[in-house]
Amino acid sequence: MDDEPTLTQRLRQQGISRRSFLKYCAGLASMMALPPALAPKIAEALERARRPAVIWLSFQECTACTESLTRSFSPTIENLIFNVISLDYHHTLQAASGTHAEEARRQSMAQNKGRYILVVDGSIPVRDGGVYSTIAGISNLDMLRETAADAAAIVSVGTCASYGGLPHARPNPTGAVPVSEILPERTIVHVPGCPPIPVVISGVIAHVLTFGKLPELDDIGRPKMFYGQTIHDRCYRRPFYDRNLFAESFDDEGARQGWCLYKLGCKGPTTRNACATEKWNQGTSFPIQSGHPCLGCSEPDFWDAGSFYQALTAPPVDVSKWVAPAVATGVVAGAAIGLANRLRRAKAARARQPLTADDVKTED
Amino acid sequence: MNTMEMLAWVRGPGLALSLSVLVIGVSVRLLEMFLLGRRPDLSEPRVAHSGWYGLRTMVTRSVPPSSCARYRLPAFLAGYAFHIGLFLIVFFFVPHILLIEAITGFSWTGLNAWLIDGVTLITLMALLLVFWYRISDPVRRFLSNFNDWYALLVTFLPVLSGYLAYHRLLLDYNTLLVIHILSVELLLVSLPFTKLMHAFTLWFSRWYNGQMAGRKGVKA
Ligand code: SF4
Repeated sequence: MDDEPTLTQRLRQQGISRRSFLKYCAGLASMMALPPALAPKIAEALERARRPAVIWLSFQECTACTESLTRSFSPTIENLIFNVISLDYHHTLQAASGTHAEEARRQSMAQNKGRYILVVDGSIPVRDGGVYSTIAGISNLDMLRETAADAAAIVSVGTCASYGGLPHARPNPTGAVPVSEILPERTIVHVPGCPPIPVVISGVIAHVLTFGKLPELDDIGRPKMFYGQTIHDRCYRRPFYDRNLFAESFDDEGARQGWCLYKLGCKGPTTRNACATEKWNQGTSFPIQSGHPCLGCSEPDFWDAGSFYQALTAPPVDVSKWVAPAVATGVVAGAAIGLANRLRRAKAARARQPLTADDVKTED
Repeated sequence: MNTMEMLAWVRGPGLALSLSVLVIGVSVRLLEMFLLGRRPDLSEPRVAHSGWYGLRTMVTRSVPPSSCARYRLPAFLAGYAFHIGLFLIVFFFVPHILLIEAITGFSWTGLNAWLIDGVTLITLMALLLVFWYRISDPVRRFLSNFNDWYALLVTFLPVLSGYLAYHRLLLDYNTLLVIHILSVELLLVSLPFTKLMHAFTLWFSRWYNGQMAGRKGVKA
């Protein structure tokens, strides 16, 4: 391992200068809300890091998480993370296939027992014994349990691995669940997003390598440093929201003026992610900037939270289905009580024995 | 249950459930009152169309009578302020209009968020002032029962939680949203069974009083 080229050398081979590496580290530092003075420390730590083995398991997923990480830049700076880690197993990226591939996984697990990082993308189908997704004849469920047992840290990349994502959406025919449901006893870092922002994926790995521990997580397992703020908090269209200037359709004057997309279904106010600050495609843009409302893809069950194009306040269920029978019930019950009251009054009137002046007199 | 799951519940089934209770409660109570009917008034009516007097009273009882203003002006103003404030917040804050539109199909233009923000602040202060008068004045305190305190509380909570959520104060936004929607649902289910029912009976009773007085020739 000693004669392996250093990270800087490897990066240079790929045409990435030390300057841009340092810039990347400074970017990471600012993203993690660390003082800029720590950037060289991150660079140093990454350079010195012993290449940890990473096993990447892809289950019920669409490969966008991997695409996001590998194709974001050209040459990809996120890719540098692959220079720091030893990616021993990744269905999509590895050259080996079939039994060789499985052999590579088992070998890495044995050699790096208790030290490797397990990355998972995709959800795990558990219905009918997990038969709905298998790799080399092994169900996702078994492969996850086996590989997780000796992993030092587990990272769920993407909303599917973190919260179930699309496969978990109603009616969830395969019984898909997130990693955390299979391994409730483990601390799992969730890096949700459909897909997650590349720098967030690599940032989490960089954090583990730099500080030797997992970043601080929020109540649903997301690193607070990347998911600390909502899209709405940092959205550049926010002044329009505050001034009541909304696009009412995708091609009206408001849309052309770049007004707030709340009425078109924007879920920015309830969504925590870094899109509004980090953006996509080398910081070019993000959905709201391209005129599309935020779908809330980094939140659990965003597929089932009502229409993407209905305002956030619109209820996700058809309320009228409940209210119509309620009106009928109310009217019938009210009429029944009203009639009962009338009957009682009529009965009381019939039973009434009028008191006359004569009755009073006979009493003296 | 995480915050997003709670949010999904309060936005969906929770809202449907509380709206159903509201609708059942209000229709039962209104029908019960109307079906009771009125005692036949056998006396000679003093005016031809007493219904007009009812309509007039609906207006006259809604504008501030000068005599009341002399007595504790701030309490008097606070009463108006929080009622008007609530009306503007509920019906003219854009996210609320979008909710109403999603359920009923009706929509109208809202007011600027910063304007509603100001109105909310005034409403909160007015409600606090009303509370203060009720608790500081021995007579009012003596006359107040649980119904009064409860009604004040369930009215105050949605406004406060909405204000906190809008400004993302104290707690995380989604948690505040859950609390806000839950407090509104508490208000909805409480409405038919407390004195808050006046939101529905108000106009009927004003009309009734005016019409009765008019018929008897009373200048009301
Ligand atoms: S576009 Fe979405 S995130 Fe941006 S201000 Fe409007 S509601 Fe908030």
